[in-house]
Amino acid sequence: MKELSLHILDIAKNSVKARADCIKITVNEDEEKNLLTIDIEDNGCGMSEEFLKTVKDPFSTTRTTRKVGMGISLFEAAAKQCGGKLDIFSEKGKGTRVSVCFEYNHIDRAPLGDMAGTMVTLISGSPGINFIYSHTKNGRNFTMDTAEFKKVLGDVPLDTPEVLLWIEDYIKEGISDLQ
Amino acid sequence: MKSLAELQEIRNRALNQVNLRKEREDGIRVVVGMATCGIAAGARPVLNAFVQEVEKRSLENVMVTQTGCIGMCRLEPIVEVYVPGEEKVTYVHMTAEKAARVVAEHLINNRPVAEYTIGAETK
Repeated sequence: MKELSLHILDIAKNSVKARADCIKITVNEDEEKNLLTIDIEDNGCGMSEEFLKTVKDPFSTTRTTRKVGMGISLFEAAAKQCGGKLDIFSEKGKGTRVSVCFEYNHIDRAPLGDMAGTMVTLISGSPGINFIYSHTKNGRNFTMDTAEFKKVLGDVPLDTPEVLLWIEDYIKEGISDLQ
Repeated sequence: MKSLAELQEIRNRALNQVNLRKEREDGIRVVVGMATCGIAAGARPVLNAFVQEVEKRSLENVMVTQTGCIGMCRLEPIVEVYVPGEEKVTYVHMTAEKAARVVAEHLINNRPVAEYTIGAETK
């Protein structure tokens, strides 16, 4: 994948499949520590200890259509190629957290990419789920919470095209204000 | 600066149209494959292009949705278009530019773009 935001989209889809009703995505860019961290946290069904042990293996999957699942392996490879790592914490019935870190200025680190596009894709695919996106760069923070949007929107669905495009601009603006 | 007040305005404008969209049974469905394979091949900008075009042209009878892996990963990004009463049309190797053309020619004028379909690809 060319952008880290695409990995984030892919991994957050696992949270959707785990029937989470709240998914929190946290990005922290810390140039002083030369560190980029990404956390994807959900309150979905979680994994058993046995499954957790094999979950990074590309031949480990819950899907029934075929025997491979590449999402986590690809994300882990992206982290390892630039001095980082990927950890997964999960508890059955409570939820899962995928935590990934990267050397910020490593030459092989993919750019973060279009996070607004990723968030809008997630929201349009699962408007019923509460998404929180928190992005910190060198101490400055931007946070978006779809629960706030829902309060304003009332009966108007979150996946109305005009609303989705507004959210995309809102996130783009929030992130560019961090620069 | 974007503010929640703007969102409130969108709400007020949209409120009248919501029922239209929900209750239509003659609606067209656009389904974008959005599994690991689709995402890696570029499905995200394709989906967003469909959302943008549908909004720009105020197409109230079109629903843009997502699905998992459609099963032909080498042809991703794949988009399926369901027009009621017509056979499903499967587009392959989609891009944002192609999406705009599919909206104009297929969704609005009901002429599928033959050259982008799976039939043209696998000939």
